[in-house]
Amino acid sequence: MSPDFDNLPLWVSLPVTLLLVLGSLVVLIGAIGLVRLPHFFQRIHGPAITVTLGAGCILIASMLFFTALQSRLVIHELLITAFILLTAPVVAMLLMRTAVYRDLRARQRDGKTESNEVYPFSPDE
Amino acid sequence: MSLHRWLPSPMLSAALLAMWLMLNQSVAPAQILLGTLLAIAAPLMTKPLRPMTPVPFRKPLVMARLLTLSLIEIIRSCFNVSRIILFAKPQGLNSQFIKVPLDLKHSHGLALLSCLINSTPGTVWVEILPDTHDLVLHVFDLHDAQWWVDTIKTRYEKPLIEIFDNV
Amino acid sequence: MTALLSLAINFTLVCILLAMLLCVVRLLLGPTAQDRVLALDTLWMCAMLLALALGLRFGNLIYFEAAMLIALTGFVSTVALTKFLMRGEVIE
Repeated sequence: MSPDFDNLPLWVSLPVTLLLVLGSLVVLIGAIGLVRLPHFFQRIHGPAITVTLGAGCILIASMLFFTALQSRLVIHELLITAFILLTAPVVAMLLMRTAVYRDLRARQRDGKTESNEVYPFSPDE
Repeated sequence: MSLHRWLPSPMLSAALLAMWLMLNQSVAPAQILLGTLLAIAAPLMTKPLRPMTPVPFRKPLVMARLLTLSLIEIIRSCFNVSRIILFAKPQGLNSQFIKVPLDLKHSHGLALLSCLINSTPGTVWVEILPDTHDLVLHVFDLHDAQWWVDTIKTRYEKPLIEIFDNV
Repeated sequence: MTALLSLAINFTLVCILLAMLLCVVRLLLGPTAQDRVLALDTLWMCAMLLALALGLRFGNLIYFEAAMLIALTGFVSTVALTKFLMRGEVIE
């Protein structure tokens, strides 16, 4: 079931190993951030590292691995990379705007805010 | 029967052809033919969905430099954010919204700017305030708001204005 | 080296599964609705990476198609959910 790893030269298996370990650690740290951080506006930064560095490392590792395993250029992981690069910012921005507007609506409903100030800017502004 | 009529946006067509070939993992003549058909038909059919005129691809060197610098910045801030998540006390974090006054007006430039800022871990774009054209950002761990304003204006906005705005 | 590589692939699988578990914790705890959507989006991303890692584990390229489809559906569902949270309806 397992592929024939023995054909892989050292210059492929070493970077693939390093990239996989780095990528999986980053994915894990992102999820830890999602659980550990106290507020939503801080938690949204946790998965950002999962999406960029974690996914990037594992995708590059996959490209290297299959290129060596099949002895031909396998670069169709670039499609997923491009797709993630295009969509992850959109998702982050939509989630942020949703959170901001829901907070604003909740505060207006509770009558806690007098002005229409959306953002809790720092007091020195 | 001009070239422009059949290929309104050559870059998009090239990207579609590349996508088709990658998806099928072959460069057989039949696949190239099918991909070319797709690359010609899809931009023509979706032309009404893209009301803005396509931007001519200018200044590839400035663009390449911007993307390389952003990639380095993304990797650097990935490690920063990882360090903060693992070792910093969450209560001691100074997460803030900051305002950055923007001069960039072109919509495509703003879209690229939002992609770059959102891809960088630690910063999320919230919105552009419509009356003052200020960008509102959320920063994960804020030390110096002025540093962020200067960085975004010089490192990201200046090349984008160079690419998109001065016609 | 070969043993190290397969060890690294198994380590990747374990890490991604742990990350998915943590996402589920946030999905069940998450005080607000946007927390749950964020957790769900991260869960989609981890599922995509899990498909890629399984592809490495079995040396099979077919897992790539699964990863691609998971990425596509994950994006669409997250966008629909955020639209719903913001406006109360998906299609306006």
